[in-house]
Amino acid sequence: MTDLLNGLVHLASMLIIPGLAYGSQLALGALGVTLIFGVLRFSNFAHAEGLSLATAITILFTIWLQGRGVSLGVLPTALLGAVLTVPLMALVFIGTDRALYRHFRRIDARPEVFMIVSAGVMLMTNGVIRLVIGPDGRDFEDGERFIVTARGFRDWSGLAEPLVLKTSQMLTIGLAVVATVALFLFLNRTQAGRSMRAYADNRNLALLSGVDPDRIVRLTWIIVAVLSVLAGVLFGLDKGYRPFVYQQLLLPMFAAAVVGGLGSPLGAIVGSMIVAFSELALTFAWKKALAYVLPATLAPEGMVQALSTEYKFAVSFLILVIVLLVRPAGLFGKVAR
Amino acid sequence: MSRTPLLFAAMAAVLLAVGLLQSWQLALTILNLCLISAVMALGVNVQWGVAGMFNVGTMGSAAVGGLAVVLISTPPVRAAWAAGGGGLLAAGAVLLATAALAFLLWRRMGERSLWRGPAVGAVVLLGLALSQRWFLPATAAIEAVDAASAGYLGGLGLPVVLAWAIGGLLAAAVAWPIGRLTAGLRSDYLAVATFGISEIILAVLRNEEWLARGVKNVTGLPRPVPFEADLQAAGWVQRLAASLDWPLRDTASVLVKLAYSAWFLAVLLIIWWALERLARAPWGRMMRAVRDNEEAARAMGKDVARRHLQAFVLGSAIVGIGGAMLVTLDGQFTAGSYQPLRFTFLIWVMVIIGGSGNHKGAILGAFLIWFVWVQAETAGLWLAQAGAAALAPDNPVRLALEEGPAQLRYVVMGLILVLVMRFSPRGLIPETTPESSR
Repeated sequence: MTDLLNGLVHLASMLIIPGLAYGSQLALGALGVTLIFGVLRFSNFAHAEGLSLATAITILFTIWLQGRGVSLGVLPTALLGAVLTVPLMALVFIGTDRALYRHFRRIDARPEVFMIVSAGVMLMTNGVIRLVIGPDGRDFEDGERFIVTARGFRDWSGLAEPLVLKTSQMLTIGLAVVATVALFLFLNRTQAGRSMRAYADNRNLALLSGVDPDRIVRLTWIIVAVLSVLAGVLFGLDKGYRPFVYQQLLLPMFAAAVVGGLGSPLGAIVGSMIVAFSELALTFAWKKALAYVLPATLAPEGMVQALSTEYKFAVSFLILVIVLLVRPAGLFGKVAR
Repeated sequence: MSRTPLLFAAMAAVLLAVGLLQSWQLALTILNLCLISAVMALGVNVQWGVAGMFNVGTMGSAAVGGLAVVLISTPPVRAAWAAGGGGLLAAGAVLLATAALAFLLWRRMGERSLWRGPAVGAVVLLGLALSQRWFLPATAAIEAVDAASAGYLGGLGLPVVLAWAIGGLLAAAVAWPIGRLTAGLRSDYLAVATFGISEIILAVLRNEEWLARGVKNVTGLPRPVPFEADLQAAGWVQRLAASLDWPLRDTASVLVKLAYSAWFLAVLLIIWWALERLARAPWGRMMRAVRDNEEAARAMGKDVARRHLQAFVLGSAIVGIGGAMLVTLDGQFTAGSYQPLRFTFLIWVMVIIGGSGNHKGAILGAFLIWFVWVQAETAGLWLAQAGAAALAPDNPVRLALEEGPAQLRYVVMGLILVLVMRFSPRGLIPETTPESSR
């Protein structure tokens, strides 16, 4: 019995909690990707850089706040910084849209043109991040780091395996749930949300019904700004901020959005969890967990690891490719080939 | 019509100016990378400009081309072959058998069978697990052979220029199944899929040390030109240096770079000539029809998926040749250095700026963008120093200004790209087709 408990605690600490946290971060990012695709009809290559820029600005605000002696006690000050960053990021996104994307929407450009332009925005944002905060990594978490520490849990439970729960992980999961519920309420219960969905479903019909397209686009970018700031800051708190790690989030986010079906918010969340848990489970060394569960004679000799951890990011690409080949519309998508 | 030679002349003048004002070595270094970039840009232009396919997996093709240089030109490591060659071959045989079995099952079980997916999946998983029995000990043995300097299988020890052609073939061989799988996907999905696949290729190259040493890099690759030290010893070089009144070392280095330029220029001209021929041939006309109006082309009985596949494979092969030449110029294969910004999006900027669909445009775009990419730093540094000179040495603004210019080039590249897309979407040298130049 203790063995089984030990095994479960080991799994929870090393696989389930990190997986939920990573999946939530991905979901916040993938929701942005899928919203932009649904409403504005293009795959935004600049999305990961948007997350990175949002985090960089938040870090600057956080340093400023810390300098003035502001703190949130046990919670990281970065949460306050994030609140200050949202309006700024919304302005950045809406400004980019005004300067670039709006023109191509008006001339009804091909989707490839939007992707090329978003790649240009990606390059520019990348450079701006380097200018603003430099290419080095930063740790900006303060407050209480752990909710459950390894030693504390071991003393309390008497089990051999430790359970670790970081503040950033708990925050990530909690805030992601809140943000998702708020987004769904907005999309389904408010007039603005309904017109946004109408515009995404059938642009011409929505325009005929008197939906103001500029307002919809503005709203979309504001929501994307909130999601980007949350995703970026929570990822940064959890893993430490390194500007160029965010580039590597682009494909897991795309993969999550495509797996769920581009344009479907529910799909983005399910897809993110699928991607996050496949990445972790396929690169997880199951030896210890199996040793607790199986009788001693059957205990495995090797690490029981399907792929070495270096292939972590390749997993999401593999899932992406398989979904594109088998079911390109994704799990919840309506869009055919 | 007279705009094209004018633009090329301006580009040549700028490079000459670098030679005269900065140094000839720098000018030739830039020129060599311009030539290689031009080859890669031609490859992307075949896919995007000619066929209208949005492939953002350029980095993968370039890396595969670079891998070919390692596999063809480095001397074989016989001890490694003895240690793990047999095991590796056994694992390969198991994988081949698995693939054949899975393919047969897929064909035999038919669309309707609910068990087709699970059965094929199970066969593939079993095959993978079985191959690990030989694969893991074999690779461990290979990587243990003289790990500090070898630890991989080595190559065939053939001339490096041959590796350029093989690089193209290898990139084509990798591109063919990818093209088969992704043909028919919508452009968004094609972009995301190719982007992902190029990352997978790089993940394999970084981690499979038995293949090309992974991130431990293969250095000291053979080169198609003499070494600087040998040239310095040669009598005619010494006389040339004396008559030019240059230091001997600079003369030798300039000569080596010139030799590289000659090789690269020859390759570029051959590819360019072949592509121009193709554009005028019925094939080129057909590709334009497929690109401009897919439905109409299909109605005329053209096999659109097949044409797309051809362009995809051809373009990837050309990028692969460019990648092989780049690795040869560097003299080393560094799997860690492949970044999508540099190897995919920068090449894309070149093609868009130059003029999609126009091969001359792609070449000009490559020259221009590589030049700006290199010189943006110099120019930015100069500007920043001029601006910062007035400030105290420890002023944070000054420190930021001096840090900045190196990062400025990304902003410049992005800005150029969106400005061209916004105000001149057809590029510097717009496409002219034989049909339209009546």
